Amino acid sequence: MDVLNMEFLVASAVGVLTAAGIYLILRRRTFPVILGLSLLTYGVNVFLFATGRLAVNAPPILNKYAEVTYTDPLPQALVLTAIVISFGMTAVVVMIALAAYLSARDDRIDMPDHPEDEGENA
Amino acid sequence: MNHFLIAPVVLPALVAPFIIMVVRHHLDLTRIFSLASTVALVAISMVLAAQAATGEVQVYELGNWSAPFGIVLVLDQLSAMMVLLTSVLALVINLYVIGSGWDKRGANFHSLFQFQLMGILGAFLTGDAFNLFVFFEVLLIASYGLMIHSGGTRRFQAGVQYVVYNLLGSTLFLFALGTLYSVTGTLNMADLAVRVAEIPAEDTALLRVGAVMLLLVFAIKAAVIPLHFWLPASYANAPLPIAALFAIMTKVGAYAILRMYTLVFGPDLAVTQGLAGSWLMPAALVTLMLGAIGILGSYRIGRLVAFGAITSMGTLLTAVALFTPESVAAALYYTVHSTLAAAFLFLIADLISERQGIEITAQRKMPQSGLIAALFFVGAIAMAGMPPLSGFLGKLLVLDAARGHDLVWWIWATILIGSLVMILGMARAGSLLFWKAHAIVPQDDSEHSAAGEDGSDEQVQAPSDRAAALPFVACFALLAGLVLLTLFAGPATQYAEATAAQLFAPEIYIEAVLGKVTP
Repeated sequence: MDVLNMEFLVASAVGVLTAAGIYLILRRRTFPVILGLSLLTYGVNVFLFATGRLAVNAPPILNKYAEVTYTDPLPQALVLTAIVISFGMTAVVVMIALAAYLSARDDRIDMPDHPEDEGENA
Repeated sequence: MNHFLIAPVVLPALVAPFIIMVVRHHLDLTRIFSLASTVALVAISMVLAAQAATGEVQVYELGNWSAPFGIVLVLDQLSAMMVLLTSVLALVINLYVIGSGWDKRGANFHSLFQFQLMGILGAFLTGDAFNLFVFFEVLLIASYGLMIHSGGTRRFQAGVQYVVYNLLGSTLFLFALGTLYSVTGTLNMADLAVRVAEIPAEDTALLRVGAVMLLLVFAIKAAVIPLHFWLPASYANAPLPIAALFAIMTKVGAYAILRMYTLVFGPDLAVTQGLAGSWLMPAALVTLMLGAIGILGSYRIGRLVAFGAITSMGTLLTAVALFTPESVAAALYYTVHSTLAAAFLFLIADLISERQGIEITAQRKMPQSGLIAALFFVGAIAMAGMPPLSGFLGKLLVLDAARGHDLVWWIWATILIGSLVMILGMARAGSLLFWKAHAIVPQDDSEHSAAGEDGSDEQVQAPSDRAAALPFVACFALLAGLVLLTLFAGPATQYAEATAAQLFAPEIYIEAVLGKVTP
């Protein structure tokens, strides 16, 4: 596979994921917002992966016995960390959003801002 | 290597799972372990602060991997100061929470509290940009749990907003780090500083994009206009003692700005010269003013203090944005003051809302009304920066540091008018809460309300009539902190000046982390 093609693919994937993510987080209900956050984290993961430069068929290992190309292993470690964190965070936000929905019977992300709407008292 | 350096991270990281796995069913035991851990943290951070005060920068290499390859923790005067401030604040809040019984109202309070401390202390100590991200996430995920502690509809709704906003911030942080890494090939802060300085000016477009994105991320954490929208709703709807702990979290953002924009994108660096300062200054001034107006317009006690926290961030970042050694010293002094003052007011706000609800309205006189009114008065003075407390000295230092700047009249006018508006807002809230209460005659009240309602009122007030002493001990401890900061303003500003001098001589930091730099 041509590296240039791959660069185009990866770059547009990051762009499309980010754009779709930003569109979705501007919605009013929590479900699309959470979907948008997931898309954004996918986008940033692919972006992080590309920061070590794209290389095809190259192991992330130095080899002192032969002249072989290698790819930068650090972004792979970063992506792994970022995936774990964003996965955990998404789980947390789903649970909190679910609690808010079950409690308010409404999944709007904005809050009514009038004192008289106050249900509970601290 | 000095193994004490990693203790502030390891200790809560061990205590938190221990609490959650072994003693979670025994309230007293969780309290004992949590409190013991916090006391130990205060002792450790005092030792660290004493070591850092010599001016030496200590480095702890995790796993003994040498600097640019492994993760390092770095202790300089700034880190030591913030670690000490955090652990003292945590101890006081832990006392308050135990005294007021907030930890009984939901599950796993103390383990979340310890994880939160681990994240904050780690963020102050780390010398690696990606590790900073990880510690940010640790402190955030713990704060999500604390924020919705004990539940309630509004708290959950505010929690969703808070989590979503911070997840966005985290994503932006990753984009910024990725950009920086792709340009420099490193994420160690000291190594970043060296590499960034070496890059020729014409190749720095991407680097500057990264620097701006990073500034935005820290501005979200520090609640700078226009990225402050998450703060009032989350702090006001969180349990108020937790909001008192969160007072240090906005300072994490200010700390990160100070660290990155003195060390990596320093004021002497040609490519990003004035970038942070020129954007941050107007934003900080608007933050200050909007916070003050917010205080004036608040109808709930939690929002009042939350806007107070925003105002103090405005003052703090105004001083930071000047980027001179004097202004940074002023900012550091003000950091300590504003953290203590905001936490103090949040605790008082909790005392009030526990007794008569969260609205700022005139109601029947609450129990211990006189004492709480006095505390609120002192807290308002501290927050607004009136003499005789340390807020006045802090603001004076900031005003003095701004003297040579182009925008000096703007800065002076904003800070002084902001203070005036703040005093008005605090006076309005205080007189509604405490003075108007005297005008409401109790018998009159019981005639109007039904007998059943009266009974339930009695029930609500029954626990606070006994008035646990511990919450007041915590409040007075914070007040004592403010008074000490005023009395020992001389040594405190000397320490702040030494810290600022160290920040503006990044060679010491870089040499400590990387060894003798070979060009």
